Parts: sequence; C-alpha cells; structure tokens
Amino acid sequence: MKSLESWGRYPQVEQSTQALTWRSDALPQVSGSVLPHGLGRSYGDSCLNGGGTLLLTSGLDKLIAFDAATGVVRCEAGVTLDTLLRLAAPRGWFLPVTPGTKYVTVGGAIANDVHGKNHHRGGTFGRYVRRFELVRSDGSRRVCAPDENPDWYGATIGGLGLTGLVTWAEVQLKPISNPYVLQETVPFGNLDEFLVVARESEADHEFTMAWVDCLARGKKLGRGLLYRGNFAPPQFDGLPLAKSHLSHGIGLAVPMDMPAFCLNRLSVSAFNWLYFHRQNGKPKQRLTHYDPFFYPLDAIYAWNRIYGSRGFLQFQCVVPYSTARDALKDILERSSRGGLPSFLSVLKTFGDIPSPGWMSFPRQGVTLAMDFANRGEKTYRLVEELDRVTREAGGAVYPAKDARMSPESFAAYFPRRSEFAGYIDPAFSSSFWRRMHPVAMPFSLESERASGAPHPKSLLALR
Amino acid sequence: MKKVLVLGATSAIAQATVRLLAARGASLYLVGRNAENLDAVAKDAATRGAAKVESKAVDLNDFAVHEALVDGAFQALGGLDGVVLAHGVLGDQAEAQRSWTATEAVLRTNFLSAASLLTVLANRFEAQKAGTLVVISSVAGDRGRQSNYVYGTSKGALTVFLQGLRNRLAKSNVAVVTVKPGFVDTPMTAHLPKNKLFASPEKVARGLLSAADARKNEVYVPSIWAIIMLIIKSIPESVFKKLKL
Repeated sequence: MKSLESWGRYPQVEQSTQALTWRSDALPQVSGSVLPHGLGRSYGDSCLNGGGTLLLTSGLDKLIAFDAATGVVRCEAGVTLDTLLRLAAPRGWFLPVTPGTKYVTVGGAIANDVHGKNHHRGGTFGRYVRRFELVRSDGSRRVCAPDENPDWYGATIGGLGLTGLVTWAEVQLKPISNPYVLQETVPFGNLDEFLVVARESEADHEFTMAWVDCLARGKKLGRGLLYRGNFAPPQFDGLPLAKSHLSHGIGLAVPMDMPAFCLNRLSVSAFNWLYFHRQNGKPKQRLTHYDPFFYPLDAIYAWNRIYGSRGFLQFQCVVPYSTARDALKDILERSSRGGLPSFLSVLKTFGDIPSPGWMSFPRQGVTLAMDFANRGEKTYRLVEELDRVTREAGGAVYPAKDARMSPESFAAYFPRRSEFAGYIDPAFSSSFWRRMHPVAMPFSLESERASGAPHPKSLLALR
Repeated sequence: MKKVLVLGATSAIAQATVRLLAARGASLYLVGRNAENLDAVAKDAATRGAAKVESKAVDLNDFAVHEALVDGAFQALGGLDGVVLAHGVLGDQAEAQRSWTATEAVLRTNFLSAASLLTVLANRFEAQKAGTLVVISSVAGDRGRQSNYVYGTSKGALTVFLQGLRNRLAKSNVAVVTVKPGFVDTPMTAHLPKNKLFASPEKVARGLLSAADARKNEVYVPSIWAIIMLIIKSIPESVFKKLKL
C-alpha cells in the first residue's frame, strides 16, 4: 500500500497503485475497484480510490501523431498539457482550452472536462476531443467520437474516469501566430462592478478571469482585478522567445510543508492589499508570454505545500446570472466572516456553449473558486455551507475541486447522473463516487432508470 | 550520434534515450521484441522530431538474425554512427538457483546476445573507423552478491567484453561506452520497494547521452554509484562472503 495524495492533500486515503506502460495492454487484474489517476491535480477525492487501486497513467506518455498543417494531435492519455505545448507552440499551435496548470494529463482533462479563461468563447476541453479509445474491464475497446459510440463519448467526457480507461485521444489544437498575449488588467471596486466589467470584456477578449480579494468587506466586498487578453497579432512575431515554450527559468519551489502560522488572516490580508494596490486603481496593458499568463502558479513547484501537511479544501461553484449577485455576495461574506482566509480566489464568467459531456460542470453564469487551509471541522462546515448556498441558487459545484458536497447537492447539480451511472465500468470506482452514493440505491435513481437508461452492470458502479 | 541503432528500444531507459535523440533530430532504427509496443515507441519518436524512424520487431535471442539485422539498419539509415544496446532481463535469482534453464536464459539475453551483436557491430565500426557503441551494463556486474549473482555475472561478463572491445577499437576511432546504472525505476524493477537510490529512466538517459557525447569509457549513472561501488569493491572477500548483500 502506497498513499497518493490529491492536490488539496485532503482527504488522505490508503490505496494500491498499478503503473500502466503500454496502451495495447489489457487492464491489470486486481481485486477491488480501480480508478485511472494521472498527475493527481484534482483537489479533493475524485482522483482517489480508498481501499482500491489507482491505475497510474503517467507511463502512458507517448505521442502518436501530430499534423502541423491541421493542428490535430493524437497522444496517449498520460501525456501532459505541458508536453503538448512543447510540441505544438513552437509550430504555431496552442491548446484550444487550458486550465490554470499545464501539469495535467490529457486523460484528466477529458475526465474532468476542464475549462479555462476562454470558456465564454470556446467552451470546455471536451469540445475539442475528436476521438479517444476507451478500454473497459470486460476487455472491450471502443473508439468514441461524436459520430462513433456517441453515448460512450458523452458519458466519458466529464465522467471522472469512471467509464473505463482512456488510452489515447485526438485533440484539435488552435492556431496562434506567436506565443504572446496582450494582457490588460482592470481593477473593480466590488461585485457589481465585476459583473459589468466581465460582461463588457467578453465581447473583445478571448481570455478573461478575475482575482478577487475575499477579505474586503462592506462596500468593497468582491473587489479585485480583472485580467483580460488576446493572443498577440502577427506584428509581434519577431520578438525573442517567439519559438520558446517557457518564458522563465525553473522558477521557485516550495521546498517543504509550510508551518500553519505562515498563513493567517494577517498574511493573506497583507498579500491581497499589496496585490490590489500594485495596480494604483487604473487599467494597465502589457505584452506577456503565454506561460506566466496562463500558468502563474506553475512557476512555484508544489505550491499546494504552502498549506502545510493538513492540506486545504478548494471550493468552486457556478451560479446562474439570475441569482449570481446575491449568491456570490452571500458566499464571499460567509468566507470572509469565517476568519478562514482564502489565499487565492478567482471569479470568471462562463458562456452558454454546451459541452458534449453529460457530467460536465461548466454552465452559463458566474464561477467562483476559493481555497481554504484545512482547519478541521470549522473549514468543513464553511465549505458545506457554501455548497448549500450554491444549490439554493440553482448553481453547481465542481467535483474535481470538491471534498465536501452532499449527495443531495450532487443529484441536483448533475441531472444526467442516472443515465451516466449506466455507463460506469463495474470494476471502476472512486472515493468521490462512493461519497456521492452512500447507499446502494440513492434517491430516485431507481425510478429514473425506468425511463430507458440501461442498468448498471453491478452494484459496484453505484457504491 | 545522428544515425543510431537502438537495441531493446521498448525498455524504459532506451525509450527515454530515444526521446532525447528524437528531439535532437537523429535518425533511428529501433529494435524490440513486441511489435505493438515497438510501434508505439517509433511513432512517439517520429512525432517528437526524429528525422527518420525505422523499426524491426525481432527476438534478439535468435542469434542467427543478428548479421542481417545490422545490415538492415545500415541500409535503412544509410549508415550508422551510433548504437545504444539496452536489451536485458533482470531474471529471478531464486529461480535461477533452482534451474539451469533460468540461469542460461539470463546469460543468453544479457551477455551472449549482446556479445553476438557487438561482434557484428564492432567489425562494421572498425572498418568505417568511426562511431560510438553505447552499452548498458550494470553496477551488479562489479561484484557478485548472493542476492543477484546470475544477473550480476551476465553484466560483469558484458563489462569485461566491452573493456576488451574498447582496447581493440581505440586505434580505430570507435568509442565503446559502458553505462552502469544503479537502481532505476522501470517496469523491470516494478516489484521492488523503492528508496532514494532509485533514479528515473530519464535521468539515466541524460547521463547515458552525455557520456556518449563525451565518448567516455565507463560511467556510473547517477554518479553516486561510483562511490558506492568503490566501497563495495574494496571490502575484502573474507568479510564480504559473510555479508547479506
């Protein structure tokens, strides 16, 4: 038994591991359930399988083909976005959608149907997955695409790794002229101003996201800085580093777990004040390499260790525009009142572009992501409260970042969950899935299944 | 090394080396036993920038094919200036002690097949008076230990063979590079508990290529093993035989 952690380092579970090496191999025979695990960048327990086995996909790291004329790349599921960028960026191609770290695998990006700063324009990662191979514990192999096994395609995108093992995938990249981003920073004084600036920015900017100072209260509640940008036009092609993947050196590392006292209300508040006032309250424009623009935290290796050995809890919700103002105000107030500082909080608007994934998280509205150092019960209660507020606002919480949502909330957030359950591989499970389904036949699953969705092959699929 | 024959190309260290060579734009002739896995490595190399990739699935324990295999590689790439010999098995010491068949299989794969291939390759390289032969041996070949002396023997014999070859080919401008990795975290050692001495295949591959570029003679990768093996080799046999190593 070897224990692997999720990025938030909470919860901690015991599980076995099996490293995968060749895409043509059969799935390993183990007792108990299995779950594919890439780089473990999911924050909570969706990438963990307590008591079971993790199939480590980082050895499935081979590229298969890249067409520099069309921007279609085919690679094994354990290939990282970092590797794809190294391959593609110097040849004029970029990821169609990228999360805030390049240290995730293609398989993980599919399983969580990840989103990025361009959701309002481009939707989720799954939209650019042309096809992939899905291997099931019964030995079957299916190529899944929008027009080939479309049901398996829809179930697997955002399917949290539960429908089987994705061995390889084909992704459509998007063309860029150079690796630079023209970035503008716009300060906003409160939540209402954010909503105005964010909607305005969507029209002319491919990328938007905002950092929010979650300790500001009263009239300043929800103040922050909105970053917006576009890839630089061809006149910037001649700059140095134009063919480079990295804009900076090896960066910093957090060498050890930071003691808890490093991170308290005062230090976070000081950081936020400095960050906000660095801007002097005016918009600023500058040219930046894509690397610090998209991946600022990747420069600090293992930044999650800043929260110490107890780890931290992430919370990311999306709420529809109709309830966004009140719900976000409530969430920000609760987290600021709780005396549990969120070091990094991010606001962003999601567009209405649908994902092919049945269990995809992003949907139209405003999304807010926060992280909270794990201080035990107090933190759990706060995150559970935020989950409840989200549910009441008609929103959803992101499973990849969750460790505390309730099964009732999960059912409310993912209306296609019962249809999805029929596609879960009977040998696959995760700590998250079992937490969402504490009883054999949860909620109305039984009655809903009568509506035509196939039965799961085993109870294991539900537990 | 611009035109390189890689023997045992699906092994973890060879795969990592192939990636580095591909990124340099080298032409590669890859040899491995499993056709499907070999194809995966070949496509990976081609996608990562190798100028040319050819592959041939054969069992290197079939010595009869060695001559034709080397000919094929020379023809496919229009000559060779480098060889990375990386095929090998760890074997099971306990099984080898019970069965000569198991012992012979380890010696055959790790030493005899390598010696056979190197006999063909050495003559070709000697004639062209150029090239680099890089061969993966092991620290286990430095001293026989009860826990893995059959594997150790195969690698020790290989190391001595290479010493002689290096001596013979020095005047022909052919470099013979013996690479001795310590513990490497690969499928070959997947069943062993890991400790801080385990190196990644990528790290070993980088060490291997820098030794090849510098045309070194014998290198330990990571270099800490030079010190460890110096100590292990210096223990008197009268003491060593009582140790549990």
